[in-house]
Amino acid sequence: MSFSTLKEVLEYSEAKKVPFWEAIILDDMRERGVTRGESFETMRGMYQAMRMADEDYEADLRSASGMVGGDGAKLEAFSQKENRLVGDFLTSVMEKAVKMGESNACMKRIVAAPTAGSCGVIPAVLLSYAEKREVSEEKMVEALFVAAGIGEVIATSASISGAEGGCQAEIGSASAMAAGAVTYLEGGDNEAIVHAAALALKNMLGLTCDPVGGLVEVPCIKRNVSGAVNAVISSQMAMAGIRSAIVPDEVIDSMRRIGKLLPSCLRETSQEGLAITPSAQQVTKKLAQKS
Amino acid sequence: MNIFDIIGPVMVGPSSSHTAGACKIGYVSRKLMAQPIVKAEIFLHGSFLLTGKGHGTNLALVAGLLGMKPDDKRIPYSFEQAKKEGMDFSFGEVDLKDVHPNSVLLKLTGEDGRYLEIVGESVGGSVINIASINGQAANFSGDYPTLIIQNRDLPGLVANVTSELAKRTINIATMKLNRSTRGENAVMIIECDHEVWDAAIKWLKELEGVISVTYYSLEN
Ligand code: SF4
Repeated sequence: MSFSTLKEVLEYSEAKKVPFWEAIILDDMRERGVTRGESFETMRGMYQAMRMADEDYEADLRSASGMVGGDGAKLEAFSQKENRLVGDFLTSVMEKAVKMGESNACMKRIVAAPTAGSCGVIPAVLLSYAEKREVSEEKMVEALFVAAGIGEVIATSASISGAEGGCQAEIGSASAMAAGAVTYLEGGDNEAIVHAAALALKNMLGLTCDPVGGLVEVPCIKRNVSGAVNAVISSQMAMAGIRSAIVPDEVIDSMRRIGKLLPSCLRETSQEGLAITPSAQQVTKKLAQKS
Repeated sequence: MNIFDIIGPVMVGPSSSHTAGACKIGYVSRKLMAQPIVKAEIFLHGSFLLTGKGHGTNLALVAGLLGMKPDDKRIPYSFEQAKKEGMDFSFGEVDLKDVHPNSVLLKLTGEDGRYLEIVGESVGGSVINIASINGQAANFSGDYPTLIIQNRDLPGLVANVTSELAKRTINIATMKLNRSTRGENAVMIIECDHEVWDAAIKWLKELEGVISVTYYSLEN
């Protein structure tokens, strides 16, 4: 991957007079030696797989631990209620994020974006967007290239792995990627895209990875909701003209440093945080008895 | 890493390392066996043993050994499928030395009696490493068409192999040599940019000093 900073993407895009997403597809074509068509169709496949995964949600499935499942259906029912506080769009984002996270926990097919644990964030935002606005599938695929470009920079200069950088690296990265993508869809320029990503990531800094029983269930699934909603509000701030006071690449670098400072007990080892609470211990005890 | 490691892969959940990676270890092993597996003894190590159950690691390993890929929707039902296809499987525990925490030892018997012992590691994301085959260090990812050539440690053999591959316009992506500490045997692991033709494999097998050639193809 040749981009290690957002600044490089923006400079390249300016020099070549191409939009953000095209800078990323050009880079992929060069790096993997594929044609534009091949790269675009592979990404289209990812988009379609996300859509299929959303449609395939099964409300009565439960995870192997029995901890999760069925919450997506609760949100779906809730979305029909009239006295909801938030509007249809955010409600849909929440519902889709939970559904995808639950599908993953219940061994259904999903798209890791950037990881399996954070697989609900990007589709929740993008699929809800496609339902709300009249937008072509091509444009949605372009938005995925924007997300991928942001993710690529974060992976190169920080991390997208909970074991390395805590959950800020997984849900945080996914949130930044989704924020940039939806900002592109809304007509934001390059600067708005990277600032939306920065605003989103800032809100997630320091997030620990402390999954109960070492399973991608609790707190992962509901964190997909907060990551997705955070992406939307960060994008809205950027569209309103708000800019991150900290340069976007510096935010990413902060995430990297914070990740290094997080003790290993808070990086996917389940030795601290939520994972060692009495409630968590009860679950793990039951799990041990099952096996 | 490329952008489709960021958006992607398409996989059956819940964990890229414990589910997708486990499935891929099984899949690559099935490919190495090059025939249906009738008996699979599966020994889990480390984190595969401790949290594997909740991640469907067992289901994913069996699915892979049946030839399913990590995005196969039948993974959750692989035990039933194994029964249907007549693959006997069992699970045990093992404490392997010097391996990644997410590791498994597979003792596999093929239809015609071929026996393979494979240690596979799931090293992060859904990236795997086949650490050893029949006790010989291997170390390859299964992302490329791969030649595993067991050979006697003869001078000039390596050069012979590579120059002949080049003549047949087979581009080498990576190449590793593992010399066994015990005896005279060595293993060449050659990851290629494209598939290797049957003719080339046949030729390799006839080369002086070559004991066996196992080929891992990306094709079905
Ligand atoms: S808590 Fe850990 S396992 Fe769960 S989503 Fe966050 S980084 Fe992934």
